Amino acid sequence: MIGTVPAHSPAAPAQPRKSIYMVLGCTVFAATAQVLMKFGMAHTMPPFQLSDSATWLPLVMALVTDIPLMLGFCAHSLNALFLILALRDGELSMLYPIIALTYVWVNLLSMYFFHEQMNVWKALGIALVIGGVGLLGRASARS
Amino acid sequence: MNKTPLSSILLVLSASLIGSFGAVFLKMGAAHLKRGFRYIVNWQLGAGIFLFLASSVPFLIGVKHGELSVLYPMVSLGYVWTLFWSKIFFNEPITKAKLGALAMILLGIVCIGVGGRN
Repeated sequence: MIGTVPAHSPAAPAQPRKSIYMVLGCTVFAATAQVLMKFGMAHTMPPFQLSDSATWLPLVMALVTDIPLMLGFCAHSLNALFLILALRDGELSMLYPIIALTYVWVNLLSMYFFHEQMNVWKALGIALVIGGVGLLGRASARS
Repeated sequence: MNKTPLSSILLVLSASLIGSFGAVFLKMGAAHLKRGFRYIVNWQLGAGIFLFLASSVPFLIGVKHGELSVLYPMVSLGYVWTLFWSKIFFNEPITKAKLGALAMILLGIVCIGVGGRN
């Protein structure tokens, strides 16, 4: 039940900068994971049919031996771990929107790895997201 | 211009809602860690991770049809839901700075979505 929240956070707790840095680390892990998984899924996968159990093992083996894909899962796990550690101390409403920085890293990494083009809209969007996260960071420093 | 069906929009919105509850449970579960790292296994963290994974199901069904540049930014509405849940469940204040930052971030993600159209 959501209603049974333990009374562990009576009011706004202090915003430890450590929590903010941990969420920043999360966004790097998340973006890295997305790029790795995209690389991983670029491999051709063996044909798979749910009704044909003979095709199950080849697919599982192909996924498990797909190094970029598995590294992507590892990066996602680190992302989750650091997010949990960050949420231990900080405010959820302060820390959670910082995850939006993932969009920025993914766009920049995609330019480099997948030769996606930069344009005015993307640049404007990236600037706005960075500005918004910066605003959160400044607000937390003052509280 | 109606390339994104309403069903896709509703699916992606529900994904953002499920994901925002995932964040709430992660926050509840993370509080246990204050007593020590070995308390990392608890049902709230389990529920949080489950809800995050579960949110990808309606998301993936939703993005099968419709434009990613419309649907992808909608996921970030989860930040707005989370702002309200943080107030309701954890008594975190809704400040002008948080609202302003959220507005900038949402606008930015919409712009990135527009820029991603080919």
